[in-house]
Amino acid sequence: MPVITALPIVVPILGAALLVVARTFVPRWGQDTFAVAIVAASATLLALVLARAIHHPFAYWMGGWRPVHGVTIGISLSIDPIGAGLALFAMLLVGAALVYALKYFDAVDGLFHVLMMLFGAAMVGFCLTGDLFNLVVFFELMGAVAYALTAYEIEERAPLQGAINFAISNSVAGYAMFIALAMLYARTGALNMAQIGATLDGHPADPLVIVAMVLLFAGFLTKAAAVPLHFWLADAHAVAPTPVCVLFSGVMIELGVYAVARIYWVIFAGPMHAHAIALRSILLVLGVTTALIGAAMCTAQRHIKRLLAFSSISHIGMFVCGIALLDHKALAGVAVHVVGHGLAKAALFMLAGVLLHRFATIDEFDLHGRGRELPWVTGPLFALGGLLLAACPIFTTFMGKSLLDEASSGAGQGWLVAVFIAASALTGGAVLRVAGRIFLGWGPSEGPDPLQARAAQEQGDELNEPRDNTPAPMLAVPAVLLALALAVALIPSMVPGFERAAALFTDHGGYAQWVLRAAPVPLPQLPASHISGDDVLYGALSVLGALVAAAVGLFGRPLREALPGQLREPALATIHGLRRLHSGHIGDYIAWWTAGAGVLGAACLLAL
Amino acid sequence: MGFLPYAIAAWLFVVGLWGIVVSRNLVRTVLCLTVVQSSTYLVLVGVGYRAGGKAPIVADIPVVERLVDPTVQVLVLTDIVIEATVTALLLALVVQAHKRFGSIDPADLRAISD
Repeated sequence: MPVITALPIVVPILGAALLVVARTFVPRWGQDTFAVAIVAASATLLALVLARAIHHPFAYWMGGWRPVHGVTIGISLSIDPIGAGLALFAMLLVGAALVYALKYFDAVDGLFHVLMMLFGAAMVGFCLTGDLFNLVVFFELMGAVAYALTAYEIEERAPLQGAINFAISNSVAGYAMFIALAMLYARTGALNMAQIGATLDGHPADPLVIVAMVLLFAGFLTKAAAVPLHFWLADAHAVAPTPVCVLFSGVMIELGVYAVARIYWVIFAGPMHAHAIALRSILLVLGVTTALIGAAMCTAQRHIKRLLAFSSISHIGMFVCGIALLDHKALAGVAVHVVGHGLAKAALFMLAGVLLHRFATIDEFDLHGRGRELPWVTGPLFALGGLLLAACPIFTTFMGKSLLDEASSGAGQGWLVAVFIAASALTGGAVLRVAGRIFLGWGPSEGPDPLQARAAQEQGDELNEPRDNTPAPMLAVPAVLLALALAVALIPSMVPGFERAAALFTDHGGYAQWVLRAAPVPLPQLPASHISGDDVLYGALSVLGALVAAAVGLFGRPLREALPGQLREPALATIHGLRRLHSGHIGDYIAWWTAGAGVLGAACLLAL
Repeated sequence: MGFLPYAIAAWLFVVGLWGIVVSRNLVRTVLCLTVVQSSTYLVLVGVGYRAGGKAPIVADIPVVERLVDPTVQVLVLTDIVIEATVTALLLALVVQAHKRFGSIDPADLRAISD
């Protein structure tokens, strides 16, 4: 077993290197087959690794540099079910995106496949590594590949701007993390996360540890796109090729949340133990702001990919709230929700790609009623995606949200349930509104703001030529993903399995035991939680809210105009103000990043 | 050395960010990004420095008493490789942006805004 642990990372990197050389004399079908085979091989290996980690987590030491008496200078892959499961999920989405892309691009020179394999390898490495430095390096590798993929349509204007904003924002985040890891290395002499955590244990949190934590959180929350570190996301997601958006929204940004959780529980849980309440409040402010601003911006979009991007930001806010509760049940909820959201959002981006492929526009109003020209199944699939985002009972996102709701109430933060319902309803409602307008022709066909139409036109220039048919894989792949989103959480032992894996993940002392001392630490036994009447009520409320939001979006213009001016003006001004902040100017974004990181740091230094 | 390298690193980090915020030229923006990154080299090397320490090259050479920490130097090498990759990629994007937008002032890049 140990030897194959590293192969899920090595195989796609070697495959990518091979294809770079061979691509000039391999035909398109050969490139497709090769890339899909490599990804399938890596996913199979990951499934084997996960199957072992489910019984008990284990560490693999590169070159056999094992720890001696609990002290290590080696580099480890530290495999637990959450990490291995997330890696497998990422690789499966890479496979789905590759299959979707079979007919999406006309001319592909092989470099797309190379970049996708590297992207998969970087994400898998990020999930499996037990070493802080490797975590940051995989972050950078993932980033560099993602910038190149964003600008894949290098002749178009919008992708260039999106990629530049993405690259600069995420690079700054990466450098903040380099400084943080240097500080932790100076304090502990270690780079292995378990070792750093064990060395910090028993010491109170001093300013060095707090600043290092803030820099790491700010870095990973930039990747996760938490407000106000999120500005790059909508730009990059709106303009990247659709198969790439699938990976960005489906799993890449969630990896940022994963890393925050990982470094908190492995490294900082010891010194922060006494300050858990204060840290929770700080992260909750961040999460709630992100969830609500993302949801508000989501409803204000008419560019469908940008709308989906802001919906992802809103969901990231919910995930950050889940982490902030610092509780294994909330973490299990986040994990289940990440899977459900990732599948649904990937499918929605793919369906947006179907619209773009067929009509060469991605503007909600341009597409008014034109969805009826597509195969009949497209509309129901799109609407199903919206319902899943709204956490419709009893599917995967609902299971995740229910765990989050229960954990919030259990932690005395029951008001969070209202935030989760609002975010789910608004983001799901925006998708349902789009589905109603495009596939049923409901609502007016003219947008309220003609200026936005031009912007949406320009940003939709990923594919310039409309086509007259939709290739089968472009509908089959999202259908399969949505079916999985319906089914995964209904598998009987699945949700309890997530809860046990999350309980292991949050076991700070146990992690050091199995990584540094190779102690067999089994998954804890827990009483399974059950879906209660309240959960179904909250789920029904968010679906109802989504339907109302969609109806208001479609038919509510007279209603909005009938509102008295003193109510309407401030609401419009708020939305306009929010929109103006998303200026597309990298200088503005970095100013917000600096302010956000500064406020986070000041809050932590004052409160902890 | 003491506090000095960290003070300079903090200065480089902040002044680089300031440069990105006010830059009217994307080439300058990219160079400011490398200024931000150079602060990470200073912190890393500063952390591994030992007064009177020799370069950590020990193959075929008798080991002297004090060496500076080789680990952080390896980290800096990796850091530099990342910088080379990202800077090259970004400059390529800037060249392409100049072709498509006819300008490299970030304020003139108006393909995306909300």
